[in-house]
Amino acid sequence: MKQYLLLIGKNMIRMVLLLIAVSIVAFALMTMSPVDPLQANVGQAALGSMSQEQIEKLESYWGVDEPPLKRYLSWAGDFLRGDFGTSLQYRQPVSEVIAVKLGNSLFLMVTAWILSGVLGFVLGVTAGVFHGRWPDKLIKGYSVVISSTPAFWLALLLLMVFGVWLKVLPIGLSVPIGLEAEGVTFLDRLRHAILPAVTLSITGISNIALHTREKMIDIMESDYVLFARARGESTWQIVRRHGLRNVLLPAITLQFASISEIFGGSVLVEQVFSYAGMGQAAVAAGLGSDMPLLMAITIVSALFVFGGNLIANILYGIVDPRIRRGGAGT
Amino acid sequence: MTEEKTPVLEIRGLKISFKQYEKGFQQTDLEVIRELDVKVPEGEIVAVVGSSGSGKSLLAHAVLGILPYNASVSGEILYDGEPLTEKRLKKLRGDEIALIPQSTAYLDPLMKTGVQIRKGKNDAASKEKLRRIFREYELKPEVEEQYPFELSGGMTRRIMNATALMGNPRLVIADEPTPGLHISAAKRAMEHFRELADMGAGVLLITHDLELAVETADRIAVFYAGSTIEEAVAGAFRSCETLYHPYSRALWRAMPGNGFVPIPGTQPYAKDMPEGCPFGPRCEKFTEKCRNAVPWKQTKQGRVRCICAEDA
Amino acid sequence: MRTWNRRKTMVFWTVFSLILLIAVAVAGSLCSEAARTTDFSRKNLMPCLQYPFGTDWMGRDMFARTLKGLSLSILIGTLAAVISACIALLLGIGAATLGKRADGLITWIIDLIMGIPHLLLLILICVAAGRGLKGVIIGVAFTHWTSLARLIRAEVLQLKESPYIRIAEKLGKSRWYIAKNHMMPHLVPQFVVGLVLMFPHAILHESSITFLGFGLTSEQPAIGIILAESMQYLVLGKWWLALFPGLALILVVVLFYLLGENLRRLIDPGSAHE
Repeated sequence: MKQYLLLIGKNMIRMVLLLIAVSIVAFALMTMSPVDPLQANVGQAALGSMSQEQIEKLESYWGVDEPPLKRYLSWAGDFLRGDFGTSLQYRQPVSEVIAVKLGNSLFLMVTAWILSGVLGFVLGVTAGVFHGRWPDKLIKGYSVVISSTPAFWLALLLLMVFGVWLKVLPIGLSVPIGLEAEGVTFLDRLRHAILPAVTLSITGISNIALHTREKMIDIMESDYVLFARARGESTWQIVRRHGLRNVLLPAITLQFASISEIFGGSVLVEQVFSYAGMGQAAVAAGLGSDMPLLMAITIVSALFVFGGNLIANILYGIVDPRIRRGGAGT
Repeated sequence: MTEEKTPVLEIRGLKISFKQYEKGFQQTDLEVIRELDVKVPEGEIVAVVGSSGSGKSLLAHAVLGILPYNASVSGEILYDGEPLTEKRLKKLRGDEIALIPQSTAYLDPLMKTGVQIRKGKNDAASKEKLRRIFREYELKPEVEEQYPFELSGGMTRRIMNATALMGNPRLVIADEPTPGLHISAAKRAMEHFRELADMGAGVLLITHDLELAVETADRIAVFYAGSTIEEAVAGAFRSCETLYHPYSRALWRAMPGNGFVPIPGTQPYAKDMPEGCPFGPRCEKFTEKCRNAVPWKQTKQGRVRCICAEDA
Repeated sequence: MRTWNRRKTMVFWTVFSLILLIAVAVAGSLCSEAARTTDFSRKNLMPCLQYPFGTDWMGRDMFARTLKGLSLSILIGTLAAVISACIALLLGIGAATLGKRADGLITWIIDLIMGIPHLLLLILICVAAGRGLKGVIIGVAFTHWTSLARLIRAEVLQLKESPYIRIAEKLGKSRWYIAKNHMMPHLVPQFVVGLVLMFPHAILHESSITFLGFGLTSEQPAIGIILAESMQYLVLGKWWLALFPGLALILVVVLFYLLGENLRRLIDPGSAHE
């Protein structure tokens, strides 16, 4: 137990260090950019509406007068104090932009995360158990084709079928045009989130299914399954008693590692469906050289990825007796 | 040998081959077991002795029907005198036919030993039976709640033996049950097999350790490069004179007590197996005739597959 | 009775996908002109015999544009993947042989890169490189090497500990001799398979990033550009603008995948029976 806590502690320190490194890398990349965010956005309404103080701050981060290290440190200092700067694109404090966009995206991502996780697991286990036979071929074929399909094209296809052709679901925009934000009901939001969430789930399933399948095949070929068979356990009993138990651990890792992928997918899907979430904000920030927003989005998403890894490690310790009881016995 | 009782297990002319690709597109059948004959009577321990790489484990897997899918089997496997069909096997394995596997890898690493031995059964009778077996094997009740990684080597062995006892075994196949055990622990493991045999079960002991086999088994079959080459009562293996096949003799001489003489040469790989007697290329008495198929010859205490075996 | 065994079938598919991919790449670069020609007398045509993929709002032949787009994607993807695989090879071997500190550093960098969602990192790199073709190639090259590097690192570490290399060391063979005669025969196949299996990802990410508008201009009709342009016409019912280029892209990616998988199976004898 003590070792386990120590392990978690180490993990957390590693995570903080990695987060700092991510911010440095992202900052360096922003600095390398030939586009000067101030120049790029000069004359745009964003700058006009900003106070002198805000503009000065922007200059102190992204201007060319100061050495990069100093600029990074002043940015990092403000960031830690909770001042993420002002978004050039949205003319609002970055923290507010992120709060709204993340709220929109989370709904999509959590739905897709759960759906793809559960379905991917079921399909992967099925394929692994029926290795080489038709259910396996079917599931593997589906997964390979879907993982070869660009998420945005799948989004376009669904949009064409359900939005344009069948006209059953709205074409885009997470909020209907012409309605004030307050006038939007939960049902409206839901309707607009269905297609993006379905697209994200469909793309997410394939990866989880493929990996779960590999693990399941390994397990079904393991010596302990062989022995179970020799002891007269039926395939179904073997899957229930040994298969699921042993595939659960890699599945946890897979499920939490998929956060990063879902995040990436949401960038594309939100773009197609004009869904006002984090992904769309990231694209807008990138195209519009909105450095403060892009920095913050990078760090928030890295926080999710590392956080996911950490949770996976913690769960591992709870589920796996070899870690939980580590050191006991021999 | 006294009157013929139907043995629990009789294997006649077992062949096991694997489909394999060599370089290029050549698809060949790799014959790993060519000519295996063995009989396991009730209440006896029969040891199949062969060096590692001779395909011994496959014998166990073939009887239990758990060979990999690219293996094909021919020959006869008789249980109680009748062919062991898949249908019969499905009913018998785990109950009347039990496998005692080689290593810890055969235990589910994430399942507590107690439940694992009981195959998930949680009724009072199974629990009581398990407790009795644990007492017999001097295993503490707490062990039931432990995972395989928490067990010592000796405990793991006893646990694996215990799995066989959960059924009503009439045939126990023990695959290399003593590696890594101290001589005393190995002897104790063997005593357990003797007890099983005394209870009326036939025990098929698969091992590379001739010394151990001589100590514990009733009959010994020597297995070389896919074929049984000699079979005799265990006593015959106490002296070189009562052995007939040159390989059996070489094995005897390789035992620590008898000079520890290594056998020159190596066992042929299944792919380039010689015609006729598999031991031919390493045999001092090799003649052209050895290239033909070699039939069984009766000996005083068993039978042998060697054309130059004297006094048949 | 089947006259072909699995091994032959696999070789057939490998050669088949390779030839098809090369054909697409060559055909595409030959029809640059056709892909750009506008002709307002034939705009917005549905797919027909003459224009199997239809034409767009400027009367451009979608079939030619798709071919050109595929060939661009294949070339960019291949180039980026080759660079990426070289990075993987260098860092993987480096991590395994240059001592504990180098290993720690490289593993750390891999964790770092894996920490930022792939597409977001691509966006960051494209912004840093000032977008355009350069940004896409650098971006894809710098984001795809991590898993192959891990694989190579593990392989080299395992090889280093293997008995026959230990023995070769004891026999006083030079490091170069060991690397050349004992390590390379194992690493090269792994590397080639890893490289080929990287293509599908590289192409998908290339098309994604151009779709988002960070890559090429509409003068260079990569599939991502074609699909991005088609977006506003989809609502008007011009479904063919997106359907065929997308399907063609999937086909190319699946072909690359088949190529890689078959190569892997041919090289790895253990999976020959699947």
